[in-house]
Amino acid sequence: MGPKATISEVGEEIVEEFNFFEDWMGRYEHLIDLGRSLSLIDNQYRTDDYRIRGCQAQVWLRASFQNGNIVFTADSDALITKGLVALLVRVLNNRKPIDVLNADLNFLDKIQMKEHLSPTRKNGLDAMIRQIRLYAVGFMQTSQAS
Amino acid sequence: MNTVLKTAHISFDGLDQEDVVDRIRADFPALSLTVNNHPLVYLDNAASSQKPIQVIERISRYYSTEHSNVHRGVHDLSQRATEYYESSRDIIRDFIGARSRTEIIFTKGTTDSINLVAQSFARPILNPGDEILVTHLEHHSNIVPWQLVCQQTGAELKVVAIHDDGSIDYDDFEQSLSERTRLIAIAHVSNSLGTIIPVKRIISDAHGLGIPVLVDGAQAVPHMQIDVSDLDVDFYCFSGHKMYGPTGIGILYGKEQFLEKMPPYQGGGDMIESVSFAGTTYNDLPHKFEAGTPNIAGAIGLGTAAEYMNQIGFEFISEYEAKLLERATDRLSQIEGLRFIGTAENKASVVSFLLRDSHPYDVATLLDKFGIAVRSGHHCTQPVMSRLGIPGTVRASFAFYNTMDEIDVLAESLQKSSRILFS
Repeated sequence: MGPKATISEVGEEIVEEFNFFEDWMGRYEHLIDLGRSLSLIDNQYRTDDYRIRGCQAQVWLRASFQNGNIVFTADSDALITKGLVALLVRVLNNRKPIDVLNADLNFLDKIQMKEHLSPTRKNGLDAMIRQIRLYAVGFMQTSQAS
Repeated sequence: MNTVLKTAHISFDGLDQEDVVDRIRADFPALSLTVNNHPLVYLDNAASSQKPIQVIERISRYYSTEHSNVHRGVHDLSQRATEYYESSRDIIRDFIGARSRTEIIFTKGTTDSINLVAQSFARPILNPGDEILVTHLEHHSNIVPWQLVCQQTGAELKVVAIHDDGSIDYDDFEQSLSERTRLIAIAHVSNSLGTIIPVKRIISDAHGLGIPVLVDGAQAVPHMQIDVSDLDVDFYCFSGHKMYGPTGIGILYGKEQFLEKMPPYQGGGDMIESVSFAGTTYNDLPHKFEAGTPNIAGAIGLGTAAEYMNQIGFEFISEYEAKLLERATDRLSQIEGLRFIGTAENKASVVSFLLRDSHPYDVATLLDKFGIAVRSGHHCTQPVMSRLGIPGTVRASFAFYNTMDEIDVLAESLQKSSRILFS
């Protein structure tokens, strides 16, 4: 097994994957499939404590710190949001906090899904990204303190 | 007295319904928009309707050549602005069949109107243990102002139950009335389900017990001719932007006998007769409730919107919108796994639904990709959604400028969305 792909490499991989589809319907079907394959957050964490409130769709996010890396599990009650959550987890999971903080999420723009990150969508995704960054800052401080 | 100022009359003589709608659509610039490479299909009218060019041009003309502050200056422009602002009040008086122009208060919208009544009418008369009656169907705007006034006074908010189809449980309504009921606040048309509430019967029963009634007419005014005198309603509230007029302007109709006794809602300019530090006396109705420089352009634009609706005519509006609702109900019921939420017998042109077990957000997102604007979520009626055990719905709401073809596009796009979601 070669060295682990970087965040931008995984991002590019996703862009290539989505380029395969000719129209938006194909891209959305693929996104929804990805959401379906996301390993769900443990039911015990599907609670208000881990819930990121969106007006329309709900997102649950949990992070733990293992061997210097952040491990994310997440879920959403809407399929499109869940697909986007799956993409974010795929790119950011098992990374060092500093890499998560510096992550370039430009791939979402390239696959024409960036509109979903707008706070006006009220789907919880922009809040989820903020929460991911907060976790990264928190774990970075924890690791520096220890 | 009919004081409606006629502008260029739309003549529908000799045209069939489809031609009439084509003619109407040409008045609405937004309806020619392209969204996500599709012609816009605008089915979010219950949230806010689009504006006809007549309203847009009227506001533009006001700001271009007629603007000055109202009720203040002796100069020509101020006189003119005042004249247009006040004649808009006459148009609205006529539009809803009020007896007197002093009963028409310009507000920011329905929410503002309800809050005004909550604070100026209800608050002074409420004592601990008194009751205000609402229904389970209400928009948050017809719940929260009453919760606030209940907190302020120790009164209680009682809620009338609804049936599963979204109609009012009239037995529960009758049983909920008590000698402590001080006010009934009720929607005329449910914004999330489209149910038309039998407000005339409710008002008549309430008046039998001496209880005044406020009606939230935000969702009714765009669809049906309102006659506040015939309804004998005590307060009737509605918004300009849902009836083809501007945002930020709305109406509180109130019976003069109540408005006269009510203290001002806000203090400021224009609502006073004389001010001194020893005490202030208030202006007459309706100005007592219109503190500060009002939304002059909004009021004038609203008058034009009411005239526009009059020109189209409520006979056409009711008849045509009923057909739209029938077509939508028919076409959507053919979609596998589509479930209507709100199936009361009497409905305005609104369909709320769920597609199998999908989240309303997903359906609305995909419809948007097809150029269709619908609303998803709880529609500011969370109690209705929890009563029906659902997180929200997808809502398509129709206006007289929507076409049968657009409903077919909605049905086809829902089929395609279903394939994307469940393939």
